Amino acid sequence: MATTSAPAASPRRLTALLGRQPLGILFAAPYAVFLAAIFAYPMGLAVWMSFHDYFFAAPGAQVDRPFVGFENYQAVISDPDVRQSFVNVGIFLIINVPLTVGLALTLAAALDRAVRFRTFLRVSYYVPYVTASVALVAVWMFLFSKDGMVNQILGPLAPEPSWLVNSTLAMPVIAVFVTWKQLGMFILLYLAALQNVSKDLYDAAAVDGASRWGQFRHVTVPGVRPATTLVVILATITGANLFTEPYLLTGGGGPDGASSSPVFVMYQKGIEQGNPDTAAAIGVILMLMVLAISLVNRKLLERD
Amino acid sequence: MTDVHTEHPRTEPETPGRRRFRRPRAGTVLLVLGALVFLFPFYYMVVGSLQAETDTSVRGAFPTGGFTLENYRDIDERVDLVQSLLNSGIFTTGVLLGTLVFGVLAGYALARLHFRGRSSLFAVMLLVQIVPFQLLIIPIYVMIVRTYGLADSYLGMILPFLINSTAVFVFRQFFLSLPDDLFAAAALDGASELRILWSIALPLVRPALLTALLLTFIGPWNEFLWPFLVTKDTSMQPLAVTLANYISNVAGRASNPFGAGLAGAVVLAAPAVILFIAFQRHFTASNISSGVKG
Repeated sequence: MATTSAPAASPRRLTALLGRQPLGILFAAPYAVFLAAIFAYPMGLAVWMSFHDYFFAAPGAQVDRPFVGFENYQAVISDPDVRQSFVNVGIFLIINVPLTVGLALTLAAALDRAVRFRTFLRVSYYVPYVTASVALVAVWMFLFSKDGMVNQILGPLAPEPSWLVNSTLAMPVIAVFVTWKQLGMFILLYLAALQNVSKDLYDAAAVDGASRWGQFRHVTVPGVRPATTLVVILATITGANLFTEPYLLTGGGGPDGASSSPVFVMYQKGIEQGNPDTAAAIGVILMLMVLAISLVNRKLLERD
Repeated sequence: MTDVHTEHPRTEPETPGRRRFRRPRAGTVLLVLGALVFLFPFYYMVVGSLQAETDTSVRGAFPTGGFTLENYRDIDERVDLVQSLLNSGIFTTGVLLGTLVFGVLAGYALARLHFRGRSSLFAVMLLVQIVPFQLLIIPIYVMIVRTYGLADSYLGMILPFLINSTAVFVFRQFFLSLPDDLFAAAALDGASELRILWSIALPLVRPALLTALLLTFIGPWNEFLWPFLVTKDTSMQPLAVTLANYISNVAGRASNPFGAGLAGAVVLAAPAVILFIAFQRHFTASNISSGVKG
């Protein structure tokens, strides 16, 4: 920012200190304070709590919270509930991520070409995304209940025990629910990416005699690679913060923890059972995982 | 309908800008079918909320009569709908105001003003969008509920959501896309920065404003986890929380448990869905993806 027209020495020093338009500091200050208070500080507090014997005390009470090293982390790692919740997220991701990528890309490619009913189609595919999970869970509970419509259609093929109380099927139902709920956002991302794929490439492929499937495979899919990386990352992060669905849809991570999630276990341990220190340790582990995934993402994007 | 497109002679040059000539009719049919599948739960929600008795058979999904508002009365008795909606409204309005005032200022500063710390603020803003709020609930709960004693208060509910970072990003992108000359001219005329923002920049980014506000609206309106943690007093809980409590606790005792829950779901879903349909033409790939891509 070396400006040749800086008038005097002292304003120049001020410019060096505050920037060319110090008013910006004033404009951005409330947001900066907000981020410090609601993001940076809690992040530090989470790390601090996870290394101390932290418990809830009456407000204002001076209590001793000794440093305990990695004790909380050891407790977390050896806890079967926590382990199971991470396995559950794994199951969730194995179903949710490929389904999301496949459906979102196919639907976006089709929507990009659709001329008729555009408004209707867009509204239909985006509307689950804007609707509250709690409201949607109410319908899915109804649809997938023991005597619900899904089992009525399946008749003798209906699973026993029913979907939401079946330890093998509870997590897959959540994965499908979340795919449906979030798909609109991912379709939007792919639609944006498709605008950057050169139409000449399609024409060239068509001239070479590529079928529509061939064009999709050899032009569309490579053309939206960066978006696909992003979709995978965002879908993974969504998986890392599942809460409402296991809490409500499967009645508290049921049956018997088969659909619990790390955030749900965090809530149980930290707030229901009053062990915020171990809960904070789970949060820190999840945060490190999410950051690691994002870093890998950046590396992959830079390689492209 | 005959397929006119195949009749085009091969020699016709590809007209630029006419990229829609590959219109797949079968594709449209599939898209419409898929859309109907996507919409079915919404349809089922409304139909189920209007039936006195649940009929889960396939035919029961297409009733011809017996519509009643009994379920709405039922859910209103168990969950104070007016109070819950009011709480949702206050929570959401607080966040919208915070985002509109502080978020626009921050987005403007990040886009157009050179000040110290701008790039660090921008980096943190991007980081916030990667680390989900849920992972920080324990320390935020400790701060807001235990340290500051803000449980069961609107302030405690609103604070962690006060400024939506995605909206700040969308604001920044739009202010960034305005031509520099515009600002230079206004500055020459001696307009103050606040005046430029208010009477020149803001009117030009109105579509972005609507998009960002719609995105901001669905955050607190649909949020369950945070208000669930911060409110124990039912008279303070927003609808997402009271309805969830109803679904998980009381449902078993109601005469038509699903019907009442579905009626509550319709009430909770309707404002967001109606707003979205009203503003859907602003909800475009270019408007939103800029905010998510980072």
